Amino acid sequence: MSSETQKILTTDGIPLEVSLKKAEKKNKIKAFLLVAPLLLFIIITYIFPIGEMFTRSIDDRMVTNMLPKTFKAMETWDGKELPPEEVFAAFLSDYRALAEKKEHGKLGQRLNKEKNGFNTILKKLWRKMKNFEEGNAKEQIMEIHKRFRDVKYWQAIKRTAPPYTMAKYLKGMDMYYDEDGKVVQVEEDRRIHRILWLRTLEVAFFVTIFCFLMGYPIAHLLATLPMKYSNLLMICVLLPFWTSLLVRTASWMILLQQQGIVNDFFVWIGLVGDDNRPEMMYNKTGTYVAMTQILLPFMVLPLYSVMKTISPSLMRAGKSLGGTPFVAFWKVYFPLTIPGIGAGCLLVFILAIGYYITPALVGGASGTLISNQIAYHMKATLDWSFASAMGLMLLTGVLVVYWIYNKLVGIDNIKLG
Amino acid sequence: MSKNQQFVRFDKVDKSYDGKVLVVKDLNLDIAEGEFVTMLGPSGSGKTTCLMMLAGFETPTNGEIYLDKNPISNIPPHKRGIGMVFQNYALFPHMTVYENLAFPLRVRKTSKEDIDKKVDKALSMVSLSGFENRMPGQLSGGQQQRVAVARALVFDPQVVLMDEPLGALDKNLRESMQYEIKHIHESIGVTVVYVTHDQGEALTMSNRIAVFNDGKVQQLSSPDKLYEEPVNSFVAEFIGENNTFSGEVSDISNGKCKVKLDSGTEIMANPIRVKSKGEKTIVSLRPERAIIDPQKGMDNNHKGKIEEVIYHGDHTRVRLDLLGNKEFILKVPNSSARMDIKVGNQINVGWNSQDSRALDPK
Repeated sequence: MSSETQKILTTDGIPLEVSLKKAEKKNKIKAFLLVAPLLLFIIITYIFPIGEMFTRSIDDRMVTNMLPKTFKAMETWDGKELPPEEVFAAFLSDYRALAEKKEHGKLGQRLNKEKNGFNTILKKLWRKMKNFEEGNAKEQIMEIHKRFRDVKYWQAIKRTAPPYTMAKYLKGMDMYYDEDGKVVQVEEDRRIHRILWLRTLEVAFFVTIFCFLMGYPIAHLLATLPMKYSNLLMICVLLPFWTSLLVRTASWMILLQQQGIVNDFFVWIGLVGDDNRPEMMYNKTGTYVAMTQILLPFMVLPLYSVMKTISPSLMRAGKSLGGTPFVAFWKVYFPLTIPGIGAGCLLVFILAIGYYITPALVGGASGTLISNQIAYHMKATLDWSFASAMGLMLLTGVLVVYWIYNKLVGIDNIKLG
Repeated sequence: MSKNQQFVRFDKVDKSYDGKVLVVKDLNLDIAEGEFVTMLGPSGSGKTTCLMMLAGFETPTNGEIYLDKNPISNIPPHKRGIGMVFQNYALFPHMTVYENLAFPLRVRKTSKEDIDKKVDKALSMVSLSGFENRMPGQLSGGQQQRVAVARALVFDPQVVLMDEPLGALDKNLRESMQYEIKHIHESIGVTVVYVTHDQGEALTMSNRIAVFNDGKVQQLSSPDKLYEEPVNSFVAEFIGENNTFSGEVSDISNGKCKVKLDSGTEIMANPIRVKSKGEKTIVSLRPERAIIDPQKGMDNNHKGKIEEVIYHGDHTRVRLDLLGNKEFILKVPNSSARMDIKVGNQINVGWNSQDSRALDPK
């Protein structure tokens, strides 16, 4: 008998597959139309902004657009010795055009980032160039300052030629392009971002652990208590959800500050001296305490929904078959809750890694996280491309966590409800 | 070696969950070694609670349970060595069939070879050899059921408890599983305590049946005795079909009594729970004990009108209006062609007073 399956025909003689497709086409279109608004919404509010963020983070077209002739002239320059006359002439012409539009200052600032001292000599050039004679631009420019005679400054301009740069990403990892275009690390005492990244990971990790340790028993109670008690407990778990995040953080400030309720209580029971109240806020402790409390429901709910589906007779079976309560728990109950643990931990970790308000309010200097740094660059320094770069690095971090989780546990095993 | 007649022993056991209502009242029950005892009763009658107390998941509020003469109230479930088959099987869904069966052996620190041997034996006992590496989710309901039975037996427990284990199966499978469990019990001789609300199941499988109602054992006896000689009207009604007449004892002598029915007619009955004249009673009669056109010697003979005839294949059920009872059921075998069984016809119905049992009034 041949293993080839014969094409099945419907009674009308149309191949079954074709007929089926035709019959389901209408349903497919209907289904697509139903999700279309959401799809559009996601594209507009999510995919498009992320794309925009990405282009902004690597965008380096400012100088390219400001000095079009210069870069054209530089194409033939090998970059080893001082550039030829044409480059100087083109640069002078570009700079004059910028000066007319009063944009020359921006160029000075931008090039100064590339090579220190550029701004000064450009300002000098701006003052002197009115008196320039026609032609022979190279000599006249080199006259103005000795730095114009230094090939490194011209190399710096050439480095800005590509419209895209990874400089912001390097900066986010405390690295930069040196004058030769090599990637180097900043001095040790200025490596602020790396500390922040590590701290963010550390805080997110421990908050996840704390949430798990506290959430697991609560979720178990919720799933096993009789209805009238479990409802009350569920309300207690959800109550923080219904309170504004800001209010909750502020109340932690009231509780944790040095003259706050918790400290008062410690003094009252004699745990600490009145003059020796511990600092529980504006440091990592504050961040841990407040974030754990705020993120706890995100751990409890997925755990609860998984535990609710585990039949109590399984634990009983484990015990009646001779397992001690611990063995029954560890071999039977715990493995069945892993999908919930995975979901809860992933949720809490991802939320914690990008947490902003709480560390900003109770974190102080040693308790702020990378998200606070991003906000700082968005609002204070207005370096949006750097903020975008760090935002994308954070996103990549989350995706990596997700990928690792998928490798270890499998995303299909996740259970949110 | 004589078998221990009080292998499992409930001694004056009371159980209350809320301190107000007793779910089990003064339960005294002895189960012999190797016996198959079924606790039968409607839901809420306390039978599952009894099982749970025996398994150790509930503690008696009062009284004591003995297993092989040792009080077990203070022994936690995992030290009792009692196998249990749960209502929804309670197989561990994340373990293979092999691991499920090996679980009770592993916690007992059995060696690898012994585990393999015992799992093999247990699986072949329920004819599931070769299913070791399947996950429970890949098995049909009946197969899961058999794995659950094998798991409860694999560690050679003294007693196996089964809590409505066949409840989730369809009718055919349930029947074949009944025989299978019965045969397993017969071949290994383990003591089985079985809980069900299905009387057919109880009658098929058990050595003895304890009928529960309202937290009490109403009757504990072998299936045939339970059916033929119910001691009270609850048991008579709960087990099998039953025709009843309510009335008052008008005369009692020589192991027979006359009962005057509400309609005024007197019938002869067997006094089981009545002792003196004037007592209220309910007379119970099995449908197959009443005969149409009694030939001779039957001391009850009455005329009834056929209200309904229902064809049942091997027999026909005839509903009569007899002595004021419009729900009187007769079972007529279909072998004889009786042409006069038609709705509206009058027929004679008779039975022996021995079979009409005068029980307690409800």
